[in-house]
Amino acid sequence: MNPLALLGRSVTSAFAHVGRLGLLVVELVRGLREVRIWFPRTLIEAYNIGVGSLFIILLVSSFAGGVTALQTGYQFKGNLPYSVVGTLVVESIVLELGPVLTGLILAGRIGARYAAELGTMRVTEQIDALESLGRNPASHLIIPRVVAGLVMIPILTVVADVTGVVAGWWASKTAIPALTNTDFIIGAQTYYRAFDGWYSIIKAFFFAGAITLIPCYMGFRAGQGAEGVGKATTGAVVSSSVMILLLDVLLAKLLLK
Amino acid sequence: MIELRNVEKRFGELVVLGGVNFAVEDGTTVALLGPSGTGKSVLLKHIIGLIRPDAGQVLVDGQDVAKLDRKALTALRTSIGYVFQNGALFDSMDVFENVRLGITDESKYLDRDFSRERVEACIKLVNLDPKVVLTKKPAELSGGMRKRVGIARAIVGQPRYVLYDEPTSGLDPVNADIIDSLVERLSEELGVTSIMVTHDVRGAFRVADKLALLANGRIVLEGTPEEFLASDEPRVREFLERDFDNDTARLRAKL
Repeated sequence: MNPLALLGRSVTSAFAHVGRLGLLVVELVRGLREVRIWFPRTLIEAYNIGVGSLFIILLVSSFAGGVTALQTGYQFKGNLPYSVVGTLVVESIVLELGPVLTGLILAGRIGARYAAELGTMRVTEQIDALESLGRNPASHLIIPRVVAGLVMIPILTVVADVTGVVAGWWASKTAIPALTNTDFIIGAQTYYRAFDGWYSIIKAFFFAGAITLIPCYMGFRAGQGAEGVGKATTGAVVSSSVMILLLDVLLAKLLLK
Repeated sequence: MIELRNVEKRFGELVVLGGVNFAVEDGTTVALLGPSGTGKSVLLKHIIGLIRPDAGQVLVDGQDVAKLDRKALTALRTSIGYVFQNGALFDSMDVFENVRLGITDESKYLDRDFSRERVEACIKLVNLDPKVVLTKKPAELSGGMRKRVGIARAIVGQPRYVLYDEPTSGLDPVNADIIDSLVERLSEELGVTSIMVTHDVRGAFRVADKLALLANGRIVLEGTPEEFLASDEPRVREFLERDFDNDTARLRAKL
């Protein structure tokens, strides 16, 4: 095929996806009035996201914090004051590793699940059945998942931030025996601004949008059969992961001044 | 009354409906026959607005379904019960909640006593025992039971029209007969207008007042069972003889 035509088709397809995703968001806003429908399901989804993801978030964030501390200790050995370890661990975890690692893990864990669930519901005509009963699929299926994600993913990110910092603190003391708690705390406080914590939460909120909306959209539009569900699931994980990285750059550019 | 006027639908290059004209009078049961993949289910989904036509009109009670706004379409859908091919029951809900979702009047849906009574009545109507099935998840039911729960969900909101999408496909003859009897009984007892998409000719002859054969994107013949048996249209003959094992003469005599 002509490369120019291929490019044109890809661009058109990308715009079509953005347009349809926009329409889905409009549906979501419309469906928000039906609180009685979406609120009980949101509680169930929030529980699934929170409790179901807690272990993996604790595990990954503590390893990330620990490794950051060990590498910082190794790189700056003898050249800089020990307090630098505290600065680097806290800032790396809060500004970047906490929200991004949480986002990427949840894109795999929750994004795949949402796309597979909704994709299966699409191919088994359950979504058509809801519509045929005069019910709004957005308020029954999508709003609970998106709202639960928007609430729980920032909370999990805060948990990841705290766990990463504590693990980094412990690891740095293990790696550098001369490092005192005071050194670590002074380093952590010197360059920490109150906005840094908010920045982490704001990032997590945007990531939550990507982690929930894109997989719901992909699942909703899944093609026929198991192959359609499989494509929707892998597409959802890849797209939401890429979107997390793009948002990471965009938010750093816009908010860190 | 349901009426399709010159309805056209294509998916990419594939023309599924190429100008379909089809009408169903109130109070009748019409069986829509045709080989697999001819667009019978697509046609049925046009009636409830799940698919929009590329051209032509789908009229239900004189309203053009494709032109209805959201509110009017929702109101229309509450007057139509749709039985999906494989039940399309919600996996995460038990049978009670599945059927209860079909009660489209919100105040009645929220009235726990009313909805329980109504759901139990419909479950009994489809020859299932509420005590046994109501708390079960769809995965715990057999194929025939799932189809019957799907029918219960379609009728629980007291629709004026019921659309059946291959209600007997994939069932053994005994279960298929049970479903056919059920469709027949519901039409008589509830007085609903029904369209049954099927490629089971025997079942169609048993249940329907009128038959229509869809082939190559068009209605080839629409008429009573007697008119079908008397037809010399080759596609009708081919379809009937395949299913009746060249035994149409005996059937004709029976009718």
